[in-house]
Amino acid sequence: MTDRVPILKLGRVLLVSIQIDLEDQTVLDLQDDLAERIVTTGAIGVVIDITALEIVDSFVGRMLANAAAISRMLDAETVVVGMRPAVAITLVELGLSLGGVRTALTLEKGLALLERGRATSADRG
Amino acid sequence: MAAAESSERLVRLLTHDSEILDRWVEAVAEILRGRISRAELERELTDLYQALGQALREGGLNWRAEEYSEVRALLVELSRNRAQHGFTPTETATSLFACKDVVAPTATSSAEDISAYLQLGRLLDALGLFTIEAYARTREEIISAQAEQLLELSTPVVKLWEGVVAVPLVGTLDSARTQIVMEKLLQSLVDSESEQAIIDITGVPAVDTEVAQHLLKTVVAARLMGAECTISGIRPQIAQTLVALGVRFDDIVTKATLADALRYVLRRIGTEPAATGGPK
Repeated sequence: MTDRVPILKLGRVLLVSIQIDLEDQTVLDLQDDLAERIVTTGAIGVVIDITALEIVDSFVGRMLANAAAISRMLDAETVVVGMRPAVAITLVELGLSLGGVRTALTLEKGLALLERGRATSADRG
Repeated sequence: MAAAESSERLVRLLTHDSEILDRWVEAVAEILRGRISRAELERELTDLYQALGQALREGGLNWRAEEYSEVRALLVELSRNRAQHGFTPTETATSLFACKDVVAPTATSSAEDISAYLQLGRLLDALGLFTIEAYARTREEIISAQAEQLLELSTPVVKLWEGVVAVPLVGTLDSARTQIVMEKLLQSLVDSESEQAIIDITGVPAVDTEVAQHLLKTVVAARLMGAECTISGIRPQIAQTLVALGVRFDDIVTKATLADALRYVLRRIGTEPAATGGPK
């Protein structure tokens, strides 16, 4: 049985902190769980924290982009936070620029980014 | 026991006259023309002379033998010193070869002495080559150490403002250097939690497609980490070259000078105060 990545609820934001090496099955489970939780909690934002992630491959890269696309469809914005320099370089070398995914340096900044996004959309609405 | 006899004769050749060492030091001092102190030279050559005599007595003519390890160590040290003080290879090797002139046979020498001299000559030649090798090795070490220092020196990441870091690039960029710049910059973004980075290429004489590619990658990698990257200091000539090469910095902010870039970056931070996480 593979480990599942926990999804924590923080106000109206879901926090996914990836602490383990991702296997393909874990990644697929995470996508399912995330979509499920966004709908049940009515979250308006998702923060994916990859501070502990040291190794990425193209599959994980695509997962991040997919997760962002799924969340957006469910009206939640995704921010990827804490990417390490080595990981960023690897993704660039792999040719993945994660278009459409918002990024922030730290969890704090990521949450601030979501907060700001909600404020501006509230102004509009 | 012909070998023992001949090495015996060699030792006698080298030590029959107490003035041999003095004449040797004299000859070497003349070649080096006072660029090394007399006392130091005397110490070096005395050590070498004694070690050589000892080795000849015990190890015969095979300079690779265990008995010669002290001679070899002394020679390595000598060539290291010479290389570090900027002496030429010739001057280094002659320190050893001068010994041959000192013990050279005269018209009254016996046939045994002459043949011993020839054997000693061959031994000293071999040791001389060994010296040159050590000399060259030291020089290479110096060169690679300098290259490494240059890499470290030339890529400082400076903090320009709260939340703004900059890398002023000076000198020719190659792939290895750009790679280091990239890694250092990204790491400093993490360490200082800066959301803005400026790469200033005013001091870069030429940019080719490969370097441009690396710059682009750096910018994209910074973006992936949640920071923004501005490139400044693109000189007119470089702009022309880049356009001619077909390189386009389309979705990257580029500014003519570092001042412009800083002004732009500060405005970005200023108009979006929440971006820096507010006052701390």
